[in-house]
Amino acid sequence: MTTLTYRQALHDTLRAEMLRDDNVLLMGEEIGVFEGSYKITAGLLAEFGPRRVKDTPICEEGFVGAAIGAAMLGLRPVVEIMTINFSLLAIDQIVNHAAKVHAMFGGQATVPLVIRTPGGGGQQLAATHSQNIEVYYAHMPGLKVVAPATPADAKGLLAAAIRDDDPVLVLENLALYNTKGDVSDDPYTLDIGRAAVMKQGRDITVISYSRGAVIALQVARRLEEEGISVEVIDLRSLRPLDRPAICASVRKTSRAIVLEDDWLSYGVGAEVAATIQEGAFDYLDAPVRRVAAAEVPLPYSKPLESAALPDAADLTKVIKETLDATRYPA
Amino acid sequence: MSDQVRTAGQTTTPDGHSDLSGEPPEPLVGYYRQMALIRAFELRAAEMYTKAKIGGYCHLNLGEEATVVGLMAALCPTDYLFATYREHGYALARGVPAERVMAELFGKATGTSGGWGGSMHLFDADLRLLGGYGIVGGQIPLATGAALAISYRAEPGERAEAVMCLIGDGATNIGAFHESLNLAAIWHLPIVYVIVNNGLGMGTPVSASSAEPELYRRGCAYRMPGTRVDGNDVLAVRDAAAGALDRARSERRPSILEAVCYRLRGHSVVDPARYRTKEETDRLRSLDPLPQFRSQLITAGILDGEEASRIDTDAEQAVSAAVAFAEDSPFPGQDQLFARTYATPVPNTSTSLPGEPLDCGPDQSDRTG
Repeated sequence: MTTLTYRQALHDTLRAEMLRDDNVLLMGEEIGVFEGSYKITAGLLAEFGPRRVKDTPICEEGFVGAAIGAAMLGLRPVVEIMTINFSLLAIDQIVNHAAKVHAMFGGQATVPLVIRTPGGGGQQLAATHSQNIEVYYAHMPGLKVVAPATPADAKGLLAAAIRDDDPVLVLENLALYNTKGDVSDDPYTLDIGRAAVMKQGRDITVISYSRGAVIALQVARRLEEEGISVEVIDLRSLRPLDRPAICASVRKTSRAIVLEDDWLSYGVGAEVAATIQEGAFDYLDAPVRRVAAAEVPLPYSKPLESAALPDAADLTKVIKETLDATRYPA
Repeated sequence: MSDQVRTAGQTTTPDGHSDLSGEPPEPLVGYYRQMALIRAFELRAAEMYTKAKIGGYCHLNLGEEATVVGLMAALCPTDYLFATYREHGYALARGVPAERVMAELFGKATGTSGGWGGSMHLFDADLRLLGGYGIVGGQIPLATGAALAISYRAEPGERAEAVMCLIGDGATNIGAFHESLNLAAIWHLPIVYVIVNNGLGMGTPVSASSAEPELYRRGCAYRMPGTRVDGNDVLAVRDAAAGALDRARSERRPSILEAVCYRLRGHSVVDPARYRTKEETDRLRSLDPLPQFRSQLITAGILDGEEASRIDTDAEQAVSAAVAFAEDSPFPGQDQLFARTYATPVPNTSTSLPGEPLDCGPDQSDRTG
C-alpha cells in the first residue's frame, strides 16, 4: 500500500497498462512533449516513444474519431481530452460512432477505447471551461461512464476501462488531481457498473460521485461527531447506474440526498431521485433533495463562482433540513 | 506533390474510354458482371422500398456502377474499406453475397449487420468492409484511425495493408474531412480518400457548396496530392485507385482520388429529383456507364450480344434469389434486443422494455403498507 495522489495513480496505471499490452497507446493534445496539461502523462513519451504516446493537433473530432477507428482494428487507444468541455467538439464521433459501432454492425466490431477527461468548476476558468456535462455521455447506451473519486478507484477503474472492449469515458476532476489516498501496489481492476458504500450510516444516504463523493465523505465524518449517521454512496459508474446499491441504502436510511456538480435540471440527481421513488418509495420519510450547481453559465468572478457551485456547507444544510423535516431523531 | 488530373486511363479510344485491347478479357467480363448485378440489385431495392419491404432511407448506386466496380477492383482483400451510406454496390463488388445485403435491407437476422444497421450500415468483418456510415463524413476520422492502426503495427511495403475511405462530394465541406486529411498527412498514413463526386449533395450542386469545386484539389492545404478520374470509366477508376493505393502501401503517402460520376436517380428512393431538368436527366442517361461498357465489350469482341444478355439475366436471377432469401429469413429475435449494446458484459445495465419496472434490486420487505 502506498499513498498516492489521484494524478500519480492515473499516471502509474497508464504506465502499467502500456507495459502490459503493446496495443495500448495514448493520444491527445500536448500529452507528449508538454507532458499533459495536468501532467498525467509526464515521462511517458520519454519512456515509450512517439509510437505509443501520440501528440495530436488541436482537432478533437479528428483524433477521437481516429482513436475509434484504430480501436476497431484492435488497438486500445487511451485518449486524453484536455477538459470535458472540449469533448463537445468530438461529440459526433463519441455519440454517433463510438457508442453505436458495436450494436449497429450487429456485434461484428468492438471499440476498446478510453476517453480520459477532467470535468469540474471552481478554478475560475469561466463558463466554457467549467462544465460538468458527464450526463450527456451517461445518457448514451453503448458508452460506459465511470467517475472515480479516490486515487484507489482511479487506478482500478482506469485499468478496467483500458481492458474493456467497449468505449469508456473516465471522468476525472480538476479539483481531485492533488488529493491523496492509499493505493494497493498490486495490479487490480474494479467493476464498471458498481457503486461503493464509502461510509456506512443509519440516518440518511448521500449519493454522489467524483469530487462530490469526496465532499460528501468529509461532511459525513463531521456530522458523525454531532451524532448524525450519514451513509455515503459513491456511484463510481454513471452508466451503467447501480440502482440496486442506491435503493438498498435508501431502504435502510429512509432519506436521501444527491450531491452533484452538474446542473440540477435533467442531471444525475434527477435520475437517482427517480430511481429511489420507484425502488424505495415505501421507505422514504422525506422527499429526495438534490444539491446541484446553480443553473447559470458559470461566472469567472470568484464570489459568484463559489455561490453557484455546491459545497460542503450546502450539503450540510440540506442534510439537516431533511432530518428536521422528518423530526429526526423522533 | 503537385496535383494531377487524369481524365481517363492510360490509353484511351477516340470516344474517350479506356482502350480494352491490352486487357485480359476475363476480368473485363467480371467487371460487367458486377456492374450488371449492382444495376439489377438497385432497381429491385427501389421496387422493394416502394412495397415497404425496406424501411428507413435507401440510397442507390444507380449510375455509379463503373466507379464502384473500378474502385473495388483495385482494392486487395487485405485492405480495409470504409463507405458512405450509399454503399450497396460496394458491398456487392467487395464480395458480400447479394442475399445478405438484401436481407439487411429487409431488416432480417441474416443480413450483413444482423438487421441492426439497414441500408446505410452494411458491414462485413471478414471482407474488411468496415461499414457504411449514415452520418455524412462520420467514417472519415474512423478510416484515418484504421490507417493509424496499420502503420502502428507494420512496416510499409508492396504487400502492406491500406485503407480506402469513400467520401461523397458534400462531405468534403465538413470539419472532420479536413481534420482527418491533416492527421493523415502529418502521420504519413496509408489511406486513399476517394471522393465520389456525383455532382449533388442531396439537391445542392457542388459549385454551390464547395469554394474549390475541383474536389481533388481540396487536399492542397495538407500538401496531399489529388487525382481526378472519369468515374464512368471502370478501367480508369481501377488504375487510378491502384496507383493511389500503391503509394499508400509502399510510401505511406495519403492521397485523394476524385471519381466524377452521376446519380441516375434522386438522393434516395423517395426523392423524385425535381431539381434536375429533363434535359439534364436525358444527358445523364446518355452517359449511363452500363450500356456504354456493354457496347464497348461487344465492339471489342470480348462479349457478344447473347452473352451480355445472359449476364443481365443472371444478375436478375441472382437478385430474385436474394429477395426470396430476404423474404424467407427471420427477423432478429426480441431476445437479442439487449445483446448488442456492450461487447464486455457489465452489471446493472438496464434491460427494461418500455413500461417495464426498473431493476432496483431485491426488496425483502412488504411494500404494500
